[in-house]
Amino acid sequence: MGPVTAPAPLEIEKTESAEEAFAVPAPDVPWVTIVHNDPVNLMSYVTYVFQTYFGYPKDKATKLMLDVHHKGRAVVSSGTREEMERDVQAMHGYGLWATLQQDRK
Amino acid sequence: MPGHFEPLPGGGAAVALDDVEISIIRSLAVQLLELIGPGPGAADGPEDPLAELFAEGPSEPPADPVLRRLFPDAYGGPGDAPASPEEAEERRAHSAEFRRFTENDLRAGKRENALAVIRSLDALTPVGDEAAVLELSPEKSRQWLGALNDLRLAIGSRLEVADEDDADELYQLPDEDPRKPMVMAYLWLGGLQETLVTSLMP
Repeated sequence: MGPVTAPAPLEIEKTESAEEAFAVPAPDVPWVTIVHNDPVNLMSYVTYVFQTYFGYPKDKATKLMLDVHHKGRAVVSSGTREEMERDVQAMHGYGLWATLQQDRK
Repeated sequence: MPGHFEPLPGGGAAVALDDVEISIIRSLAVQLLELIGPGPGAADGPEDPLAELFAEGPSEPPADPVLRRLFPDAYGGPGDAPASPEEAEERRAHSAEFRRFTENDLRAGKRENALAVIRSLDALTPVGDEAAVLELSPEKSRQWLGALNDLRLAIGSRLEVADEDDADELYQLPDEDPRKPMVMAYLWLGGLQETLVTSLMP
């Protein structure tokens, strides 16, 4: 068998890199559902979808719709990746153009 | 109330439609059904509901631009360019997985809505030359709303309406433009949908 005294420095290095790797993925960063502007969907319909699916009050739904219309996109919900996939699927069901992504502040 | 929906007491909505209008909506809904296609298992002879339940959807985006608009990628939209080829590849993989697990259900939902439209039109009894009055329950109204939106998305894609300027241009097409009949249908469906949303607005 080989010598048993050598590994000490290697082990210290290993611990450091393991800590670094652990810090990278940031599992707590939430995911968001984004609705994109398109010229076909009616403004009233988009507002209706935000009210009926998300249960947002009319003011909030209208503000989000206007953000989509004027800024090209709006974050309409946030949560876990699974929750956002559900919301995106629902938006596609309504015919709205939606994607999900991890929130970058 | 020709050409527009009005709310019904107790929920739902009603619209008067003449023969021509009925046949236009019906024919567009049939075309949409054909485009969306039958569900998995429909071609395999005897129905196996379990096989259908567990059938995986496609992983690639549809080739047809209308279907691509109806079933868009779930990961990576405009204004969110991938930082690296690896990230682009990761998004493609995530979109493919999402598609496998959702597209069959999404297609089924849109098929159901289009079918509901066709069935309610077929159940209309014409009264001489008068327009027939279509009365929709709240549930049927929601299906009509979804189908009208899908129809407009489909026609909008075919007409290559990509931005607000394109949409404005449609109003100014000369009569001899070959797109004119489709544009008329598109704008008319927009009016129908607008009044249906207003009728259902919570």
